[in-house]
Amino acid sequence: MSLLNLSGIEKQYPGVKALDGVDFQLREGEIHALLGENGAGKSTLVKVMTGALEGDGGSMAYLDKPLKLKSTAQAQSVGISTVYQEVNLLPNLSVAQNLYLGREPKKFGLIDWKRIYRQSREVLKRFALDIDVTQPLSSYSVAIQQLVAIARGVDMSAKVLVLDEPTASLDAGEVEQLFDVLRELKSQGIGIVFITHFLDQVYAVSDRITVLRNGGLVGEFETAGLPREELVGHMLGKELQAQAHRAPERDDRAAGEPLLELDDVAVRGSLQPTSLTVKRGEAVGLAGLLGSGRSEVCRAVFGVDKKSSGALTFSGRERSFRKPAEAIEAGLALCPEDRKASGIVGPLSIRENIALAVQARRGWWRPMSRTEQQELAEKFIAELQIATPDADKPIEQLSGGNQQKVILARWLATNPELLVLDEPTRGVDIGAHAEILKLIKQLCGEGMSLLVTSSELEELVAFSDRVAVMRDRKKVAEIEGEEISENRIMQAIAEA
Amino acid sequence: MNSRFTSLYVTGGLFMLLFLIGSLQFDHFGSTRVLANLFTDNAFLAITAIGMTFVIISGGIDLSVGAVIALTGVACGVLIGEAGLHPLVVFPLVLIGGGLFGATMGALIHYYKLQPFIVTLAGMFLARGLATILSDKSVPIDHSFYDAVADFGTFLPGDAWVGASTLILALVVAGAVVLAHYSRLGGYIYALGGNAQSARLMGVPVARTTISIYAISGFLSALAGIVYSFYTFSGYSLAAVGMELDAIAAVVIGGTLLTGGSGYVIGTLIGVLIMGIIQTYISFDGTLNSWWTKIVIGLLLFAFIAMQRLLTARGNRGMAHA
Repeated sequence: MSLLNLSGIEKQYPGVKALDGVDFQLREGEIHALLGENGAGKSTLVKVMTGALEGDGGSMAYLDKPLKLKSTAQAQSVGISTVYQEVNLLPNLSVAQNLYLGREPKKFGLIDWKRIYRQSREVLKRFALDIDVTQPLSSYSVAIQQLVAIARGVDMSAKVLVLDEPTASLDAGEVEQLFDVLRELKSQGIGIVFITHFLDQVYAVSDRITVLRNGGLVGEFETAGLPREELVGHMLGKELQAQAHRAPERDDRAAGEPLLELDDVAVRGSLQPTSLTVKRGEAVGLAGLLGSGRSEVCRAVFGVDKKSSGALTFSGRERSFRKPAEAIEAGLALCPEDRKASGIVGPLSIRENIALAVQARRGWWRPMSRTEQQELAEKFIAELQIATPDADKPIEQLSGGNQQKVILARWLATNPELLVLDEPTRGVDIGAHAEILKLIKQLCGEGMSLLVTSSELEELVAFSDRVAVMRDRKKVAEIEGEEISENRIMQAIAEA
Repeated sequence: MNSRFTSLYVTGGLFMLLFLIGSLQFDHFGSTRVLANLFTDNAFLAITAIGMTFVIISGGIDLSVGAVIALTGVACGVLIGEAGLHPLVVFPLVLIGGGLFGATMGALIHYYKLQPFIVTLAGMFLARGLATILSDKSVPIDHSFYDAVADFGTFLPGDAWVGASTLILALVVAGAVVLAHYSRLGGYIYALGGNAQSARLMGVPVARTTISIYAISGFLSALAGIVYSFYTFSGYSLAAVGMELDAIAAVVIGGTLLTGGSGYVIGTLIGVLIMGIIQTYISFDGTLNSWWTKIVIGLLLFAFIAMQRLLTARGNRGMAHA
C-alpha cells in the first residue's frame, strides 16, 4: 500500500529550479533511500514532504487521500515525522521533555511529570536505550540524541519517518544500532525515507532507491536489482560506456619532484588516514561523491582543519599548518567550496576582493596603495576576462562564474606554488566553466601545481594528470595517465 | 547534586551568606522584619523581573518594562486620582493594556523578524513618552481603596509586616512556577531559547509563544506599576527610570542564561532579594554612599556571567565526552 505519493512536485527558487516535476512514492513497511549529489534537490523534496516548505506545483497524497501541508506541525499531526542531520531537538531540555514537548500528558490541567517520565522510559526501551530521562539531552552522545529524535518521531504515531542523513555523525556500532531500530520499525509497517551519501548503508538497509539529479527525477529502482556502478552513474549523470575515452589533446608534462606529500594524514572525525602526492606542475583531481572526504582533504592540506595524525611535507619540508595564514605564507592557496559563505566579501569591490590575499600576506601594517591595487585588479580582469565595466563594481553584482574568477585572481595574485580548488565550477555557467578549465590547464603549463576537487567526472578527466578517488572519508584508488576515464573513476567510487 | 541547579544553589548560597554577614555585623539585621521588608520593598521589581525571566529564557530581552511601570502609574493616577474612577475598574484596564502593549511588541518581533532589543527599546520610548503626555508632574492618588490596601496584611512574629504587595508577589511567583514547569507554554518558552529553529521543526507554535512571552512581560510590568503605586500613592512619568536594567541584573544574578534556554523563576526572586539585601546592608551601615549598591551589583554581575560561562563550558565538555 502506498503511504505517501508525491507527483510532479515543482519548486522554484530565485534563479534556480530546485525541483522540476519530481515523483516520489513511499510504500508501507519499506526503507526507501533518496539519493543525489549536491544540488540534486533531495533536501528541497524532503522539506516539501514534511511541510517545512510549500511546493510551487504538483500534488501530494497521503494514504491515498490528497494532502496539503502548511507546516511541520501539521505534518507531524498527520503522522509524518522528520529527523534531521543535526539533531533538531533541544539540548537544554530533558530527554523526557524532548520526547513529549507539545503533547505532554496532563492531570488537573497541569503537566503530569510522573507519567511523562514513566512513558519516556517505556518508549526508549523499544530502542534499547536505558538512560536517565530527567537529564538534559545535551548530556548524552549524538548517537543517543539521534535515537531520541527518532523515538519522538515514532512515538507520535508516525506512519512516515523521514531521516535526513541520520548517520552522518555516528560511528559503525551506532549505525548498526540505528539500523536494527529501522528494521524493527519497518516490520511494524512504518515507511521510512532514508537520505544518506554512504552507499554501503543504502545497500545495507534500503529496499528501494529514488535518485534525483539537478532537481529532476532520474528514476526509482529496487535496491537488490541495481548494481553499484549503475547507481553511481545515475547519481553523477553518466552512463557506463563500453570503452574508455581520454581527453585527446594532452601534452606530456614531465612532472617534477614532489611538492606536496601527505603521509597517512588524518583528521579526527572527518578524514581517515590518506596518502597523496602532488608533483610540481601537476594537476591532481580529487573524485568522490558528496561526503566522501574530498573537501576534507583540501581543508586538511590548507590547515583549516587540524590533522590529528600523519605527516604533511610541502616543498621538501615537513609542515604542520595550524591555520590558513601559515599555509598561505608557505605558498599555498585555497578556493573554498562554498563561494558565498567563505570566499567573496560581497559588498567590497572587485579590486578590494582581489587585493585581499596579497594584503594579508604582506601584513596589514603595510597597506597597499590604491594604484597598486588598481594595477593588480586590472591585470587579472584582463587575464581572466572577468566581465565587468570596471574594478570598482561590488563583487556581489557579478555572475557566479565571474565571482569565481575574482576569487581565483585573489589567490593567483599571491603567486602560490600549490593552488587548491574545491569545486571550482560549481554553480558556474557553461561559458565560464570552460574558461576556468582552460585556466587550470594554462596554470599547470606555467609550472603551478593544482589540487582540484570536482563532482563532474568529465572535468576531472579533462585536466587531471592523476585522479585520487575518495570514498567513506579515505582514498580508495589512484588513477594515472592513460588510465583516467569516467568509467574508471566511477568504478572506483562504486567498488564495494 | 543535580548540575542543572548549580547556579540556583550558588545564588541561594550567596543570599544566605550576605544575610549572615549582615546579621553578624549589625543588631536587628538578622530578623524576620528585615526579611519581610525585603519582599515588601522589592515586590514591584520582583514582579517585573519574573516577567523578564521568561523573556530572557526565550532568548529575548524586554527594555520597555520600566517605562510600562511609569505609564501604568500615571494612568492609575489620572484615572483614579483625577477622573475619580474606582481602582477596581482601572486595574483590569491597565493590566489588559500592559498585556496588549507587550503582545504588540511580540508580534512585531515575530512577524517582522525584528531584534527584540530594538522593538522593546522603541516600546520603552513610546511608553515613557505617553506617560509624560498624560502628565509631566507626579499625580497623587488619594482613594479609600488605596488606604485599605495599605492596611491590608498581617504581622508575623518579630514585627514582620506581610502586606498586599508581598501577597501579590507570592501569587505571581506561584503562577510563574506553574507556567514555567507545569504548562505547555512554559515548555515552549524554554524550547525557543534552546534553539528557535529546532523548536519550530518540533512543532512549537513560535508565533503564539513569542507573543505570549512579551504579553506576560507587559502584563507583569503593569501589575508591578500598580504595586509601585501602592507604595508611592502616586503616578509619575519619571518613575522607575532604568528599572529594566535592574530587572535584567536580577534575572542574571538569579542564574538565568542571557543566551536563553535555561533559568528559574525562583532564581530570579532570590536575585532580587540579593540586590535588596545589599541595599539594606548599605543603609544599616549608614556611612556608605548608596551608589555602592550599584558597584556591588556590577561586580556580582561580572562574577555571575563568568560563572555561567564556566558552567556552560563544562556542560559542553561533558557532552563531548559522553
